[in-house]
Parts: sequence; C-alpha cells; structure tokens
Amino acid sequence: MTETFRMDKAQARLLDETGQGVIGTPMDRPDGPQKVSGRARYAADGTPEGTAHGVLVRATITKGKVAAIHADSISDLPGVIGVVSGPEFIRNPAQGMANAAPVQPGTRVDYHGQPIALVVGESFEAARDGALRLKVDFEAEAGADVDPDTASEVETGDPSAVGDWDSAFDGAAFKVDREFTTAAQVAAAMEPHAAIAEWQGDKLLLRSSLQMLRFNKNEIADSLGIPAENVQILAPFVGGGFGSKLGIGPDAVAAAQAARELGRPVRVVMPRQAVFDSILRRTETTQRVRFAADADGKLRAVGHDDRVSNLWEEGFAEPTSSCSQFLYGADALRFQQSLARNHRTPTGSVRAPGEAVGMLTFEAALDELAEQLDIDPVELRLKNLPDTHPMTGQAFSSRGLAECLRRGAEEFGWSARGKPGARREGDWFIGVGMASAGRPNMLIQASARVRLEAGGATVETDMTDIGTGTYAIFAQIAGEMLGLSADRVTVRLGDTDLPGASGSGGSFGASSSGSAVFLAARKIRAKLAEAMGCDADELTLQDGIARGGNREMAISDLVQSEIVEEAQIEAGKTAESHFSAGYGAHFVEVAVHAWTGEVRVRRMLGIMDIGRVLNEKTARSQAVGGMVWGLGAALTEEISHDPRTGHIVTRDLANYHVASHADVPAQMEVSFLDNRDDEANPMQSRGVGELGISGAGAAVFNAIHNACGVRLYDFPATPDKVIAGLEALGL
Amino acid sequence: MKTDLTVNGEARQVEHESRTTLLDALRDHLDLTGTKKGCDHGQCGACTVLVNGRRVNSCLSLAAMHDGDEITTIEGLGEPGALNTLQEAFVNKDGYQCGYCTPGQIMSATAMLEEARDGAPSHVSETLTGSVPLTDAEIAERMSGNLCRCSAYPFIREAIAMSAEKKS
Ligand code: FES
Ligand code: FES
Repeated sequence: MTETFRMDKAQARLLDETGQGVIGTPMDRPDGPQKVSGRARYAADGTPEGTAHGVLVRATITKGKVAAIHADSISDLPGVIGVVSGPEFIRNPAQGMANAAPVQPGTRVDYHGQPIALVVGESFEAARDGALRLKVDFEAEAGADVDPDTASEVETGDPSAVGDWDSAFDGAAFKVDREFTTAAQVAAAMEPHAAIAEWQGDKLLLRSSLQMLRFNKNEIADSLGIPAENVQILAPFVGGGFGSKLGIGPDAVAAAQAARELGRPVRVVMPRQAVFDSILRRTETTQRVRFAADADGKLRAVGHDDRVSNLWEEGFAEPTSSCSQFLYGADALRFQQSLARNHRTPTGSVRAPGEAVGMLTFEAALDELAEQLDIDPVELRLKNLPDTHPMTGQAFSSRGLAECLRRGAEEFGWSARGKPGARREGDWFIGVGMASAGRPNMLIQASARVRLEAGGATVETDMTDIGTGTYAIFAQIAGEMLGLSADRVTVRLGDTDLPGASGSGGSFGASSSGSAVFLAARKIRAKLAEAMGCDADELTLQDGIARGGNREMAISDLVQSEIVEEAQIEAGKTAESHFSAGYGAHFVEVAVHAWTGEVRVRRMLGIMDIGRVLNEKTARSQAVGGMVWGLGAALTEEISHDPRTGHIVTRDLANYHVASHADVPAQMEVSFLDNRDDEANPMQSRGVGELGISGAGAAVFNAIHNACGVRLYDFPATPDKVIAGLEALGL
Repeated sequence: MKTDLTVNGEARQVEHESRTTLLDALRDHLDLTGTKKGCDHGQCGACTVLVNGRRVNSCLSLAAMHDGDEITTIEGLGEPGALNTLQEAFVNKDGYQCGYCTPGQIMSATAMLEEARDGAPSHVSETLTGSVPLTDAEIAERMSGNLCRCSAYPFIREAIAMSAEKKS
C-alpha cells in the first residue's frame, strides 16, 4: 500500500528549480496527431466481434408506473433480438463522485424521458426501429409537479450569514435589490453518452465515455450487484464531458445488463435527444441579489438567495452563491437557498456548477450598483476585496484578483468606456462590460505511477483526458521532474486497472492527479540522488543527464532495470487553514442591433490567475472555451420544458443553441498571471476549466447595458427581450 | 443490399440494410471510425465527409444513394507521422480539445477552402461574383455548420487560415 501524502503545509517550489524547462510551455498535445487523423478511438468507435446494438426506450409519461412491456409487439421485426429491462436499470446518471449506484426505480417513472428498457438488435437500425415500435403500457398519475415556480414541495435551508444583515442593509444609502432568472442549460458534449459492455466470465469490460473512472467503477458494480474488482473500465478518449459524464449513465448499465443476459457484447449509444432527456442538466434558477453600499462604494451588505430545482432523491443542489461568499467583503453577508422538487429531468453538475449561473446575476447586480454610485465598476470591485474569507475567516492562498482587474482594464482599453448609448455604428449600439471571475480550487485524492527506464518514462493512472490536456500536462510534469524531454514520456490514461486518480471534474483534475504524478516522480528523483550519492536537493536532471555531488551521469546509465514509484495525494491541513480559488477578470465588447435586438460579441479578454500554469496552450484553450460558454449562457442557451409534462422540448442541437463559429469572434484573448499557490498542492497550480465561464456571461450582460441602456434580469438575452427593453426606453 | 464505393481511393463494397446511413456504413461496416456521430440529424457537422469532393453530413445521406461515389474521410487525409498541412495546423494552433468534432471540422474546412478558391460566395461575402478574400468572418460563416462544444472556434479558424496561407 502506497502511503498517502497529505497537503499539510506549503511545499518547496521544486518546479521552479528543475531545469528541463518544459513545464508551463505551450507544448502541442501529444495526442493531437491521433485526434486530427481520426485515429483516436472514443467509446463507441469499433465493436468487438459479435456485438449486438441496443437503443434505450424512454418513458412517455411524467409520473407513474410501467405496467407492462410487450416484448412480443416487436418480436417479429427482422433483426430484433429482444427487450431488456429490470431492477438494475438506473433512473438517471450518478451524481459526481457518488461512488454508488444512482436511484434504481424498478417500474416507477419519475420524469418524462426516463430510460425504462433497452431494445437489442443485430444492427443499430433494427434496434432503433424496435425501440420506436415497442408497445409499453403505462399507469400515469395525474398532477405531477413539473414547474419549480409552482412546486408544492420546496426545501428551504437555513441562511448562512455573518454580521447584522438587516441593519447593515437598511442603514446604507445606496442599494440594489433585484430578482433574476436564469434558464436551464445542458452540457451537450459533442460525443453522445455511449458504452460497449463485454463479459469474460463474471468480469465486465466496459468502454464508456466517462470522466471519473475510480468512482464510475464502483457505481457500475453497485448498479449490477457485482464486486468492483470484477469491473474494468476503459476511456482513453472522451469526447467532452463538462460534468455530464461525471457519473455512470443509463447507457452503461443497460449495455452491461443486456450483455450479461445475452452472453455477447452490447453497444448502447444514446441518440442526441436521449442525451437531452435523460442526462443531468443544469437547473433553472430564480435569484435575489442584494447589495448595499456607502456613497464611497464601500459595501455594507451582500445578499444572495436562490431557488434551484431537482427531482426527488437527488442530493445535488446547484451551489449558486458559491462565489458570492468570498469575492467581496462587507459588514454583513447573507445567503439562503431553496430547492424545489419537481418531475423534470433531474439536475446535476454542468461546467462550473454554482458560479456559471450565480456569477451571472451577482456580477450583473454589482454593475447596477456601480452605476447608481457613479463609480467605475472596476474601481468598485477593487474597493471591496477582502483580506480574509468573509464567511469563514480563513486566510486566502495567493489571490491575484486585484491584479487581474487592473491588468485587464489596461489591456482592454477600459478607460475609453462611455456612458450607456453613447457609441453607435450605423444600426448598432456598441458597449463594453466587465465582471470578475472566481472559482474555488480543490485537491481531490489521486494516485499515479511513474516508471523510469533507460529509454524514457511512463506515467500510468486511470485519470481521463476529456479535452483538458491531461496527456500533454502529465508528460510535461514527469519530463520536468525527471530531466526528460516530453516526447520521451509516455502517458497511459483511462484504464481502471491503473492507479485511481481524481478523475476529471470540478477543475481539480490536472492539479490533483498531476500532483500524484509529481510526487511519484519526486520519489524517483530521491532514488536517483541515492544512486548518484548526493542529496535530493543537490540533484539536477536535465536532457537525460543527472548532476549532483560533483558527478555527472546519463540517466539511462543510472537506471539499471526500471525504477517504479507510485504516489497518492490528498488534501490536508492547508485546505482548512487557507481558502484557495482561481480568479480572473472578464472584459467584453458587444454590438446590439437597434431594430432586431440581436447581440453580437465583438471581443472578449480574460486575465486569469490560476497559480502555476502547467501548459500555456491547453490552459488558454480551456479558458477561452469557458468564456464561449459564458457567451452562450448570456445570449442563446435555454432549455424549455413542456408546461404540461415537464418534457424538454428544445431537445436537439438545432433547438438548443450552443455557440457556433459565427457567434464567436476571433478576438478571444486570455493571459495568465505568473503566480504560485503554495497552499493548493505541491505544484502550486490551480484549476482552469471552469474559471473561464465564471462571470463571463455577466460581462456580456453588462456590456449590453453599456451599449444601449437596457438592463435585463432574465438570462439569456434573446432578441425578444432586448427589443422589449429598447422599446421600454423609447428607443 | 450492396453498394460499391471508392473510399479514400480504395474500392470497397458494403453490404448493408436499406436504411443504413453513409455515416453508419463508414463507421460500423468499414470500421472507419474517424468520422463521428454527434447528432444523427444534420445539426452538428461531426459526420462531415467528402462525396465526390463536396462536403456532406454523412448522417443525412443513405449509403444506398452513393453507389459509385468517391468518398473521402479523415483517415484519407494523413496519418500520425504524415499529417497534411491542415491537420498539422490544428495540432499547432490547438484547434481542438476533446477532438470529437475535429474530423468533421477538418473535412469541412478541406472542402470549404476549395469552395472559397472557386469563388463561391457566402452570406457575408461583399459580392456574389469574383474572388473571395478568406477573412476570419468568411471562415466563421462557412464553418458554422460544424459545432465544437469545447469551443475551440478561434483556434480552429486560425488553423484553417494558417494552412490556407501555407498552401497559397
Ligand atoms: S452527426 Fe451528422 S450532423 Fe451531427
Ligand atoms: S474539440 Fe471537443 S467538441 Fe470540438
């Protein structure tokens, strides 16, 4: 058993001492050539001999029971093998890090679109036809709650608060008190959820598109009632996740169950509409944001209450006010959440759960306060940065928010900002807006193994690369630590037979699992120092040469056979003593069409503090990706539900508009502060995947106001709302 | 039923059901899994291939309609170690993240560059005739049928512009 390294105190900045010079560089992804040539194999690519194909059948009632599934209704269809259903079937995907089976409802139906059975055929076409024709009897219960606004069951938590909120708020001279709504959204990863299950005796081999294999293995085993050691999951390439693949999905359980019953491999790929119907979405929210301040802009009171929704028996509630609790200081702060229960597709983590919707409203309301105070919005934020966590009193680890704000304003040309409606080009109003970015940073338990041989090194862990750059980053970490160019490091990922990593989620993947790689390599350095007869901190490794104790040797000569080290890391005392978070500042320019209400983003700039940057190129891609999601949340992304059944009606990529090429300007700029977070982990790095979205959409909203004077409180800003706003202003 | 195709320069015969799409024929019958399925409804562009040199969403086309056609898939452009200019530019510019939309983006861009070279106008072109300067707005407009949820858009377009420049 490998002993666990606990992050109890700040570690020496070893990566600033090593001399290989590969860490942090904008290195191309080593997996790139496979991806651009179509050789990278994703979950549904290629099937084992004898594979049968399954298509999920979904409930067409909102609430009630499956009374009968008439398998005989399709038994004559050519190519149809049969219908599989049963107590193993899961109602919806597991929530992130559930580590156990999600709800298995049996014949109960809890939402419209819930997977209830799998039709298996010799071909995909036959299975699809069978799934469409299968006769199912339902017993529907009338009167199911499908609208959170009118839900009969609302769980309201106790407020978390510091200071005397009422008197701080009531006594202040300037106030904003606004109610906002944000639409439900979905992850819509380009690769639909898919699984191929194959049994060898009582052992299950599952290829599936998943983000967190260490947890997924236990989730699938628990769902099927088999020991976890009998499960192996492979996910070397994942076509995007964004939270929607944190936990196992109905595709994987159905494929495994069908393969077990039929005694042959089964592939289940969810059609896009099924992904919309049956995969966890982001909740719609109603939020009340309140600020109170003195005339000089000092915040007296901050309040952020929210109402989110979920299906019964789901423990997840979007942590909407997450960032509002630590970005700014005030005499009093107050936060309260309500959770409405309803029979819609259940909700879960979608990229930056909490910040992605909470910061939209919080940073938009702060813009309104700045206007009321007649203080520059950048200045207002700078005035209110706290020295310690306003709610917990914890010290902050490095916190570059002030620098991000200042640098962003400078690089963007913020000082040229005019009054609302002041700038017009033909039919277009032009305006600029800004917002802060913030996202808590976590260290999650992770293990990795590193092998050093004469020819190079190999990194082995069940960590995934969901587009986040893991293959590149781990090669850089191991290369930097072992004095090897990155092309001499092989990275093996996405296999549960390898040491269990943190998985990809919550922006903690690269730093948590990367730290395990770092620590395993650090152990190898200690062995090499021993072989060199010098202290570990005297040792330098560079371009395959070891130097120390007045000696110089080729690393390949030092490694007699193979040095293998495994390391495990978990959070320790620094997670209590210090609050670690990523920070940033977004600046946006938009054009608003005076007659059509169309909003075009013309440029975006993000300055971000993510501690040490591990790969400048992949980090920038992640940040820009998040900013584009912010643009989408502000302008187009909106799930609509049928008011009668709760069924999602915008259930494909034509009706749910994710940003396309034409929506995204060329000028999407990002730069990173050269910072270190000593309390975060031994590499002093922080997550980046979710920071880019946090606050970005608010900057777009604030720019709309600066362009044309319209303030909206309902996300997204579709043209109908903008036109109504313009008309209300008499424009 | 049987359909004769020329796929990436090679004669192939596919035996398939009448309802099999060109996409599924490529992926499941010829094991050319580089072409991806993102929606099966012509809404995402992940399945883009060239049919007789023109880009199509292979999910919207039945295999049976392509007897005698020449199909080019991502596997036909280049392979690791011998990538073509456009593929190399995608790696260099980080014109992807998860890589799932990437084959579609690259196939689409391949045909799009030809279309622009031939002077075919787009919605944002200044004139309907004459040559088309390959501005970012032109590339964005012409590539908008290819969604990328990772949102590598600016880098995809930089890669396309870079390869177009190298070629000219
Ligand atoms: S799979 Fe063909 S367009 Fe989406
Ligand atoms: S690279 Fe992931 S969808 Fe485009």
